[in-house]
Amino acid sequence: MSLLRRYLPVILLAAVVVIVQILLSATKLDYFLTQLTMSAYYTLVTLGLCLLMGYAGQVSLGHAGFFAIGAYTTAVLSTAGAGLLRFAPWLSIPTAVVLTALVALVIGMPVLRLRGHYLAMATLAFGFIVSRVILGTSLFGQADGISDIPAIRLFAGLVISGKRTLRVQNYYIAWTLVTIGLFLAINLVGSRVGRALRAINGNEEAAAAMGVNVSRYKLAVFVTSAVYASVGGAFLAHYNGGIGPSEAGVMKSVRYVALVAAGGMGSPWGTVAVSALLTFLSLRGAFGLFDDAVFGALLVAIMLFAPNGLFGLLPGLRRGGPRRAGRPR
Amino acid sequence: MGAQLLQYLFSGVTTGSIYAIVGIGFTIIYNSTGIINFAQGEFLMLGGMISVSLAHVLPLAAAVAAAVVITGLIGVLLQLVFISWLRSPSVLRMIIITIGLSILIREAALHVWNEKVRALPFWTGDETSSLAVLGARISPQVLWVLGVCGLMVAALSLFFRSTLTGRAMRACASNANAARLCGIRTSLLVTLSFFIAAAMGALAGCVISPLTQTQYDMGTSLAIKGFTCAVLGGLGNVTAAVAAGLLIGVLESASISILPLAYKDVVSLAIMLAILFFRPEGLFGGRPASLLGTRRA
Amino acid sequence: MSRKRVFALALLCAVIFAAPMFAADTIKIGALIAVTGPAANLGLPEARTLQMLVDDMNASGGLLGRKIELILKDTKANTENAVSFAKQLVEESQVIAIIGPTTSGESMAVKAYADQNEQILISCAAAETIVNPVAKWVFKVAPMDSFVAQMIFSTMKKMGITRIGVMCSNSGFGQGGKGQLAKYAPGAGIQIVIAEDYDKDSTDLTSVLTKIKAQNVQAMVNWSTEPAQSIVLKNMKQLGFDVPIFQSHGFGNIAYVEAAGKAAEGTIFPCGRILVADALPADNPQKKALVGYRSAYMAKFGEEPSTFGGHAWDSYSIIAAAVAKVGTDRAKVRDYIEGVKGFIGISGVFTFSPTDHNGLTPDAMEMLTVKDGRFAPLGK
Repeated sequence: MSLLRRYLPVILLAAVVVIVQILLSATKLDYFLTQLTMSAYYTLVTLGLCLLMGYAGQVSLGHAGFFAIGAYTTAVLSTAGAGLLRFAPWLSIPTAVVLTALVALVIGMPVLRLRGHYLAMATLAFGFIVSRVILGTSLFGQADGISDIPAIRLFAGLVISGKRTLRVQNYYIAWTLVTIGLFLAINLVGSRVGRALRAINGNEEAAAAMGVNVSRYKLAVFVTSAVYASVGGAFLAHYNGGIGPSEAGVMKSVRYVALVAAGGMGSPWGTVAVSALLTFLSLRGAFGLFDDAVFGALLVAIMLFAPNGLFGLLPGLRRGGPRRAGRPR
Repeated sequence: MGAQLLQYLFSGVTTGSIYAIVGIGFTIIYNSTGIINFAQGEFLMLGGMISVSLAHVLPLAAAVAAAVVITGLIGVLLQLVFISWLRSPSVLRMIIITIGLSILIREAALHVWNEKVRALPFWTGDETSSLAVLGARISPQVLWVLGVCGLMVAALSLFFRSTLTGRAMRACASNANAARLCGIRTSLLVTLSFFIAAAMGALAGCVISPLTQTQYDMGTSLAIKGFTCAVLGGLGNVTAAVAAGLLIGVLESASISILPLAYKDVVSLAIMLAILFFRPEGLFGGRPASLLGTRRA
Repeated sequence: MSRKRVFALALLCAVIFAAPMFAADTIKIGALIAVTGPAANLGLPEARTLQMLVDDMNASGGLLGRKIELILKDTKANTENAVSFAKQLVEESQVIAIIGPTTSGESMAVKAYADQNEQILISCAAAETIVNPVAKWVFKVAPMDSFVAQMIFSTMKKMGITRIGVMCSNSGFGQGGKGQLAKYAPGAGIQIVIAEDYDKDSTDLTSVLTKIKAQNVQAMVNWSTEPAQSIVLKNMKQLGFDVPIFQSHGFGNIAYVEAAGKAAEGTIFPCGRILVADALPADNPQKKALVGYRSAYMAKFGEEPSTFGGHAWDSYSIIAAAVAKVGTDRAKVRDYIEGVKGFIGISGVFTFSPTDHNGLTPDAMEMLTVKDGRFAPLGK
């Protein structure tokens, strides 16, 4: 019973993913799947960031940096020098993810010792450095980015590719990843690690006094969230067949923070819902010339009126939300 | 060779004076509220934009003065509308709100003005004039920037140290509740600090406009540099922020002499990260950075 | 389950909010333009031009008796937006052709997609790689960077210059130019002693100019579209770095001259003739089109048009001419465009062929200079 309750968001997500696909295909609106697939990969980033911000209470204004490291690594490996990994193209994504994790580990150790403004600024600086290195290095295509990134053949005939004919299977690949990500996130939150994280979020000194190895847990979540971001980046690079420096920009990092805040800071399923929807609309150009303004307004409005996220506004939902499962028992 | 070294130094001072004058604005709001205003760069942009627009109908000095006052009032408005009624917001919440505001101001500026670049005329001489010192050259506008910087530092030091209002502001920052118990009207002081910070930001935006030019999206990158100065100076110390700004400028200039220009920002940000990691109290002493996060304002 | 309701509601919103407009029997033309963001200097005049042309054409009865529907998407110069919007325009709106994208990086990101899906794409970006190798369905109307590089070098030769310094912005435009300069310099007998990249957010460039000045170059080339190119001009004068300064066609925007003031005087750059439309001799074949576009643009928007708006004019006019001639069959329109000969546009006179999807020749441009705060043809 409690197990069902715990994984209800995962089951619901899987159900919604299937229903949406069937509905869209039945109504001949299946071109929506393209943007839904892209938005899934961005949702992975926000899901990871949600763990970091909502549970460990650490802000990161540099997550676009991790996304970009993932995307650019796999892009370079599969294009430069006629594809360094052309004998085993599927290896390029794992390599990208491992590299990102290493970078996050090295960056995280000193950065996570900082708090408040200093942490925000240090992560912002990290993201800025990544974007400047990309813009300054010809290997990364500088301002033009990298194009003609090949499709990647997975197992069982699955291919990550933006081809129109492969639209449905790519939709499922992307959303399966998000579902797995949500499953892992909920597991993490419910575990011993999750309890320790909440203790850190509540009061770091007290947590440390209780014997929680604060810095190790913070680092673990930081690296986990970077891995989420890099998986999203690496898959999207192959799906889009191209990647540009805008993916590493400060504005992107800020946007991820906005999505997590709107999703309710500590609510994985809320983050998935808000992020999927808003990113989908943004990728369809629904906000026109006001795309950035919408996200800026969202940040301000959420923080002023609904610090618990959009869903926090709905009466009744709050009590039943997974946040409760997240409270110390 | 000597002349060339001096020229690098002058270039560093030019860049550094721009960073320093941006950095000052951060320290003002920090000193009275303990928050970092991520929208500070937008105040510079607004100052520049408004003064350029007014310079068509007013004399330069009047246009600058008007821009300073108007931007100061915009700062007050932002504080009253978005920040004043929040009860003890967390640092994270304040960071996110000010970032959101910076985006909104920028987008509003894009639609009020447009994407085009603008510049105030040089305050002395014109685009081509420069002063020669021992074979190296420097634009007279840099002297204006340094002069305004110096005036700001002097005025602010005097204000925070010697006036009752200034000292009350510092009291607010270190412990708002205690300050309130002592009969200090904290909310008014916070509003005042937003006025000063926005006005100083606008003045900075005006004085650098002939050099850097003014565009709607200039705020973010300037803010990052200004924040770097404020951090290196140990947050809250105006004089140290200016010194740090000049130092970063000179270091960047030195890095350009050996490295490609493309990595200039990487160098200065890497220095900032190193300082944060190894000397969190800033280059010139002060409170350690890691203590600040635990303060729940 | 209220949570399910929320999801359902959200989905419904998405579908309604984003539902395509089912306008009856219009001719749909898509555009991927960087109206905001870092390339707004380029994109905004393009978007304005397109809107103006479409409005005018619709006011005078449209095309083939049908109204034209312009579906303009603001990519903010982001690759991912360009990819997403391109798919949207092709799969959902089923436009007859796509104008843009504005920047080279975006164009390269959608080139393969457009070609695979048999979609006409007329890029407004400069990079050589957009049409080389030729993709059957992809064209571009901006002049080649190589023309600009060659024109600059031939002018330098006449002036006896052999050692130069190069500064480029770190945008796609700047980097493309840098590559072409490096490619053609040896053939022209010119040595690039030093090349540096700067960011669009640069505040002061005296230190890097000091570095270049120390190399004793005889001239400077600056290649960018960013406002920072005005800072380059000012800083050179302030440093007393008195060598001839050459700019790319990205300088062709009077706002940069205004921002640089006196420091812009004497700058030499090759550019399309739109900037000096009034000064052209009456027998110039482009004169009528140029003056017409310029006066219409100035009347509508109260500012000088730039060459970038001209790219949008060229793309749109070529598509409109093709549709007027062969109807809305995409393959026929493509074949018609490939066969276009002597089409008088803003950037030059276009003659496409199966091997040339740019259609311009180096004489599309003219060497210009700045005199008394205005653009003027460079005296021979």
